[in-house]
Amino acid sequence: MTAGKATHGEPPAGSRPKLAVWKFSSCDGCQLSLLDCEDELLEVAEAIEIAYFLEATRAVVEGPYDLSLVEGSITTPDELERIHQVREASHRVVTIGACATAGGIQALRNFTDVEEYMSVVYAHPSFISTLDTATPVSDHVEVDFELRGCPINKIQLLEVISAHLNERRPEVPGHSVCTECKLRLNVCVMVASGTPCLGPVTHAGCGALCPTFSRGCYGCFGPMETPNTESLEASMEALGLGDPDIVRMFRTYNAWAPAFRDHSRLVELRMSEPAASPTGREDPA
Amino acid sequence: MANGLRAVIDVDGLDEVITRLRVQGFSTIGPTCRDGAIVYDEIEATGELPRGWADDQDAGTYRLVRRDDEALFGYAVGPHSWKQYLHPPGELLFEVRRDGGGFVIEERPEPKSRYAFIGVRACELAAIGVQDRVLVESEHPAGGYSVRRGEAFLLAVDCGEPGGSCFCVSMGTGPGVSSGFDLALTELMSGEHRFLVRVGSDAGAAVLGEVASREATGEDLAEARRVVEMAGARMGRHLDTDGLPVLLAENLEHPRWDDVARRCLTCTNCTLVCPTCFCSTVEDLTTLDGQRAQRWQRWDSCFTLGFSELHGSPVRHSTRGRYRQWLTHKLGTWWEQFGESGCVGCGRCITWCPVGIDMTAEVAALRRPGVDASANPEEVR
Repeated sequence: MTAGKATHGEPPAGSRPKLAVWKFSSCDGCQLSLLDCEDELLEVAEAIEIAYFLEATRAVVEGPYDLSLVEGSITTPDELERIHQVREASHRVVTIGACATAGGIQALRNFTDVEEYMSVVYAHPSFISTLDTATPVSDHVEVDFELRGCPINKIQLLEVISAHLNERRPEVPGHSVCTECKLRLNVCVMVASGTPCLGPVTHAGCGALCPTFSRGCYGCFGPMETPNTESLEASMEALGLGDPDIVRMFRTYNAWAPAFRDHSRLVELRMSEPAASPTGREDPA
Repeated sequence: MANGLRAVIDVDGLDEVITRLRVQGFSTIGPTCRDGAIVYDEIEATGELPRGWADDQDAGTYRLVRRDDEALFGYAVGPHSWKQYLHPPGELLFEVRRDGGGFVIEERPEPKSRYAFIGVRACELAAIGVQDRVLVESEHPAGGYSVRRGEAFLLAVDCGEPGGSCFCVSMGTGPGVSSGFDLALTELMSGEHRFLVRVGSDAGAAVLGEVASREATGEDLAEARRVVEMAGARMGRHLDTDGLPVLLAENLEHPRWDDVARRCLTCTNCTLVCPTCFCSTVEDLTTLDGQRAQRWQRWDSCFTLGFSELHGSPVRHSTRGRYRQWLTHKLGTWWEQFGESGCVGCGRCITWCPVGIDMTAEVAALRRPGVDASANPEEVR
């Protein structure tokens, strides 16, 4: 971690803006997306100085940084401290991926008892220093832009960097995966094959990858801008899914994203109250 | 001019029509089976058409089923429409490069292919007409659309097998094809598998002239009439259009809007499968070094938040407001704006809605007096 406080405003003329890539609790897949930009990587390096990116190089250029890409969720006391240092050292903070924007798969711990997990998983739990929850970066510091996905889409990452360099808003729409499916002229897997699909409530960005290969959407990009999870659930039930299936569908990489989290809790609550109405909502017809 | 000429061709004759069109340089686009549905794609022969297939459609569901004959056009419309060729999902409008302190606009790439559409239904001809009114016959014609539309060859077909979501009879657009085509077919299955062909343009007459055909008999004509009449009597749905624009305008606070908003996913499927929905957005993309930029036109939908974003914030936040905007425009205010209905009764929005919202049912509900029409006055958006 290099120190230095970010000053707002333009970098000195002639110098490239500085990019930093930070890792918190995560699998590294999202920052790897930057290295995956094989054809464009040189162009990126020409446009922006890769100043801090330990996955790519041990060479570290001191902060402050113009653009910080933050991967991973906040799961330890150390990370809680470090994310504030990153914020302090960065002019603009962009979180990348489901962990940094929603807590990630590790946020499944938030629905249960961490102490119990530790006692089962580790031989010496006393060595473990962890928080009770895995939370998104935006719970702790101000975030300038959130890029979704597990993992992120590298084309969208380039778009975010390009937009930053050109001082414009990134073209990253918040509509559903269905829109991407239709732009690709895919046949809807839910309507034509009865395949349960989270596409209608999921944020675009993957280019409708799974439905393009005749599979339902798993919700890797988290909730879309106006998700109606209750209505989609009614259709899922009609396709034969039970309450435990619904809970599992909403509890994956974006389990802690509010719309998915609240819905899975609602269904769980319903499951624990068998006397309540079978669906917990009015029949639309 | 041989408009109105009637002849009869067989399946080989239809193959020959497709071949002649290809020889003339057309990309021949037609229905074909893919991923469990009948979609539109480039075809080279009748062998690629969905021979012997039908579709079982209802709100939120679509399944291919076998027919008990070898009909080539024995189904209704699928998830695709000709819109995807004339008004494509994404289109590069122009490219600019930085030039000193300013920029230079580079030539737009020529719109691609000349299309021949094989198997255009009556509702789809009506839909193309609706888009023509919006995109060609307007103060600011859309360049790419106008060129592609002007060059397109339309081989229409009368509908003999309406789907469960169809209501073209209610909208007065089908099932028989009446105008706006180059050639129109009626598929006749009794006895010899054949097609009654009607000529609608010089281009159509020229193509038919190169194909082996015979004169239509009274029996052919009578059977063709029967096919269309029977299709008209088997509509899956009905929409009462009586006074519809007024009904909608007078029921903007009907509680049914809240009800449909609870079901609507705002997923945009209805608008993107709709053959008349024409809305698009523009996306500007820049290179990392800021030396070049592209402006793309992309299909948009009134169901997204971004669609109604004005100076930083969307003006239609609620799902209720967005569904109401779509339905009242499609069936009501389209009349004021373009002098006709924006709906042609193809039923795609009903079939391809993942939760099966049925606009004919919504309108029927709006005709029933609301229990509390003044509920939620603050939720007018």
